[in-house]
Amino acid sequence: MAHTDYIKLEFPSRSVNESFARATVACFAARLDPTLEELSDIKTAVSEAVTNCIVHAYPGVIGTIWIRAKIVDETTIEIMVKDNGVGIPDIKRAREPMYTTGGDDRSGMGFTIMESFMDKVRVRSAEGKGTTVFMSRKIIRKTSEI
Amino acid sequence: MKVYSQENNGVLRLSFVGELDHHDAKSSMKTIESLIDEYLPHDCIMDLSGLNFMDSSGIAVILRVNKRMNDMCGKAWVENPAGQPLRVLDASGIDRVIKVFTKAR
Repeated sequence: MAHTDYIKLEFPSRSVNESFARATVACFAARLDPTLEELSDIKTAVSEAVTNCIVHAYPGVIGTIWIRAKIVDETTIEIMVKDNGVGIPDIKRAREPMYTTGGDDRSGMGFTIMESFMDKVRVRSAEGKGTTVFMSRKIIRKTSEI
Repeated sequence: MKVYSQENNGVLRLSFVGELDHHDAKSSMKTIESLIDEYLPHDCIMDLSGLNFMDSSGIAVILRVNKRMNDMCGKAWVENPAGQPLRVLDASGIDRVIKVFTKAR
């Protein structure tokens, strides 16, 4: 049976933690020997998901954000970003490009960028209970191990 | 992120250096708005050559600068994005709203 590696992070929804979260997941993903481009794609998607938690899930309050990243079949990284915030009333609408409830400070491109940079993005949400974003990205190994 | 500015004959060049995410976006926008208020330029160039990371918060900053300049009957554009910031700009389709000049790929 293939060995599965994973990490779990839990941190408060302070914006200063955005760079910490994306750098930690990228550091974990580095063991798949990704290109710099693949690594920055993963960093970008994590940054978007974490920012959504901070801005939309916990508006005006500090809540908890959980991240679980897992390496599957030694080729794929699966990332889960979870909050216990306000939830998304209409997921389909929230995923539309340029749609935002965050005013001028937001571009409404967060989900579009996650979808562009990851192979799969799935969103589960319940109003008043929170949101979980599942993302995965397959990394094609370029070097063979000796 | 740090914002460096240079003004010459009504052209304000803003050089973005470092990482632009949601954490930096608000303070960066404040800095940029005060520079625009100070110089009242007719053209505003956002030079991204020193930017090594940007997410959709950066898109929001660029769109706000563009709107601010348009409101003043001025123009804004983006120059020299590369690497990850360029891919974010491409994915967002922002070039339908504001001109993006890249170095030859």
